[in-house]
Amino acid sequence: MSTTEDWATWNTYKVPRVVDKLPTEYFAVRSGCSVMDLTPMEKYRVTGRDAFTYLDRLVTRDISKLEPGRVTYVVWCNDDGKVIDDGTLFQLSENDYRLCSQHHQLDWLLISAAGFDVTVEVETHDVAALAVQGPTSYSVLTAAGIDGLDDLKPFGIKNLECRGFPVMVSRTGYTGDLGYELWTDPSNALQLWDAIFAVQGQYDIHAMGLDVLEMVRIEAGFIMPGFDFNCAESTVRNGYDRSPYEVGLGWVVSLDKGHFTGQRALAEEKSRPPRRLLTKLVVEGNKPVGEAFIYAGKNGKLVGEIKCAIWSPILKANLALADIDCNNGHLPEKLWARFDYQRELKWRTDWAECHAQTKPFYSPEHKSATPPARF
Amino acid sequence: MTDAIIIGAGHNGLVCAAYLARAGMDVLVLESGETAGGMSAPRTLGNDYNFPGLAHVTYPVSSAMRRDLKLDYYGYKPGPAIDTIALDAAGEHLTIGPGTATAANLSESDAKAYTAFRDQYLAFAKALRPLFDNKPPRLKDMPLGDLTTLAKLGWNIRMGMGRETMYEFLRVAAINIYDVLNDTFDDDRLKGAIALDAVMGSAMGPRTPGTVLTWLQRLYGELNGPLSLQSGGRSQLVNALTQSAEDAGATIRFDAHVDKILVDKGKAFGVNLSTGEMVKARLVISNADPRSTFTKLVGAPMLDAMFAHRVTQIRGSGVVGKLHLALSGLPEFTGLAETQLGNRLLVSPSMKYIERAFNHSKYGECSEKPVLEITIPSLHNSGLAPDGHHVMSINVAFVPYALEGGWNTQKQTFAYKVISQLGQYSPNLTSLVVDHEFLTPRDIEEQFHAIQGHWHHGELSIHQSFMMRPLHGAAQYDTPIERLFLCGAGCHPGGGLTGLPGRNAARRVLEMGGAKK
Repeated sequence: MSTTEDWATWNTYKVPRVVDKLPTEYFAVRSGCSVMDLTPMEKYRVTGRDAFTYLDRLVTRDISKLEPGRVTYVVWCNDDGKVIDDGTLFQLSENDYRLCSQHHQLDWLLISAAGFDVTVEVETHDVAALAVQGPTSYSVLTAAGIDGLDDLKPFGIKNLECRGFPVMVSRTGYTGDLGYELWTDPSNALQLWDAIFAVQGQYDIHAMGLDVLEMVRIEAGFIMPGFDFNCAESTVRNGYDRSPYEVGLGWVVSLDKGHFTGQRALAEEKSRPPRRLLTKLVVEGNKPVGEAFIYAGKNGKLVGEIKCAIWSPILKANLALADIDCNNGHLPEKLWARFDYQRELKWRTDWAECHAQTKPFYSPEHKSATPPARF
Repeated sequence: MTDAIIIGAGHNGLVCAAYLARAGMDVLVLESGETAGGMSAPRTLGNDYNFPGLAHVTYPVSSAMRRDLKLDYYGYKPGPAIDTIALDAAGEHLTIGPGTATAANLSESDAKAYTAFRDQYLAFAKALRPLFDNKPPRLKDMPLGDLTTLAKLGWNIRMGMGRETMYEFLRVAAINIYDVLNDTFDDDRLKGAIALDAVMGSAMGPRTPGTVLTWLQRLYGELNGPLSLQSGGRSQLVNALTQSAEDAGATIRFDAHVDKILVDKGKAFGVNLSTGEMVKARLVISNADPRSTFTKLVGAPMLDAMFAHRVTQIRGSGVVGKLHLALSGLPEFTGLAETQLGNRLLVSPSMKYIERAFNHSKYGECSEKPVLEITIPSLHNSGLAPDGHHVMSINVAFVPYALEGGWNTQKQTFAYKVISQLGQYSPNLTSLVVDHEFLTPRDIEEQFHAIQGHWHHGELSIHQSFMMRPLHGAAQYDTPIERLFLCGAGCHPGGGLTGLPGRNAARRVLEMGGAKK
């Protein structure tokens, strides 16, 4: 399937950066249907009498409203209130949860388990996961033989079937588009893949790689711990890790719930004006600004740096996430990026004005429609 | 509402109670047992034999504390000053008094060296006074008070000692006592005796790094007065402390076993007793060891995960066994006059002997040749035993908490082994034993609610000292739980009958606003 043989390593698996052609894969996500193997994603099964209280003490969010058949986005911090990782928490049934994260978390999860009647097990290699994302993903999966998706709401889970074998489907994803994640036993994985690609003639379905994922997740405004900022507990330099407030995840912190790790530190931080913010920026112009410093005004004071940036084909704009110092709790009014770029091996430098925003760059209405539009 | 609950009426808890009560706080001490004093409380064997407690030799508490708490007024009198006699198998015993070492065959150079050595190390101990007397400085965001402590310490070390002495201090402070003693002395008995003081109570041998520091910690007590025996009578420390605390308004409740510290929204607000009774207070101060406090009484779910984890990593597996012998008469020791038997007797003939005895405990075994610290308190207080009878109190070093094969079947055997080993020095001892009690670290854990039965509630190793005692985040007596404090031996400056953790904790409580809302 790969024509580029451009592979990266994700959690000991080899995952394509680009399967065949980057634009094709991008437009599959944004205008068609993309497929990506999520099996390398860390999955932890959390069960036991104290599974809920354990998880509620682990994550910053109040998860008391979570119920079987629902998923929620969570973040967990160390004692100092710095983000260790983020992920999704699935409640499969009573006292039975699945926690998915990008980075290896077993150490932290086990340390956090002391004093709770709970079992934490690694399921990473025992559950095959497939992301099917894009405006036609609903139609594709239905055509592929999965019935029952029409009333599956965002962040919902359903236990369905595909051509006779069980598939758990969650309406979740990292693309900010209409999409689903499919979970099944590894023995069914190939069948599932084949079932989906069997309808490739009717729909434009393409396997996608990590490079496109990076593009679409930035368009959606999703952060990536370990890339946009350092994960706590593995950060060496003092002050190089980040709290949820500093990366725009204040909405995932419920200070007034029961005790959770990092609560005290976060309450203290909240009582002071913010010192820095990971900010969404639209950068004027169309030169690549991947590595750039941010200034409070052209030739102004250095206030930050870009962490990740892409040219968004669908928005026709440069999008970036930048770590910016606040001034008295506020972002500077004027933000300029100074960046270097090459033209035929010759380096040039230039400035571009940036515009900060808090909403996702790309958030189409069709992504939450229930039932989604048929194609 | 009570201002402060103190969990545990061990001596540090009583000191803390007395200081806080004197500062005007309404203090309630909840003690699980029937009497106050914890490991320093007198105990009885059978009906007729009494022992001063697990602790039998001690230094006086500081004169400042005696003044602050009016201890002398309440009857406190340091026990009789005693010498140390390092027993020798051939009967050529070495006597160590304050600043002097004497034996028939001790070389003059060693005798001289001992006086000089002690003077130097007493000077080191004195220089460390700012550190022992105050809460350990916090390194991050250091407040002014801590800066002052560090400054005083720095001054003492640099200026107070003079440059030569300072270099020597810096050279030896973190190393092992075996090397230092080998550099200074020839005589094995002398080295064995000094090294014993460095390691008794710790899972350390003379060659373990950090044993100069543990020796200094012990020697520090000598600044308050000579080594003395706990007499087991009215003048014992625990009695004076109890009266001082109660007179200042503190209440002590016995048979009140706390099994939970109540926390709401990150603040401690009281305790639950094992009877189900809830007792509320504005502050909770725990004299229990830190691991018990955090893992059992508070519970990991109420703590941050990494802090809770580091609590479980506190090293502190108990290593001292206490052997109490009820004797029908005074034993004879070869080569010792009766008048000498009232001193501290050591079976610790050389540093190698200690190291080998320590080795066994590392592997969960009883020592082949145990290291012993012996006193006969009834020679100073005849009330401890019936007429003509005596009690012998023995600290057995390196008794493992987790014995291979378990203690149930081996306890008796080991106790007899110790007695028979002592029989080499005292031929008639065995025939005089009418009863005995042997407390292993497991027994100590059970009876005194100290996890793994550790004397000091945690090893006195460098990585668990000063601003890391018991662990970072709780090294200045306050804890991550608001209104919850620690005051016991698990805190700085560690164990021993000093009352310093208790006093420093009281100061910290008051410094942080006491029981104000």
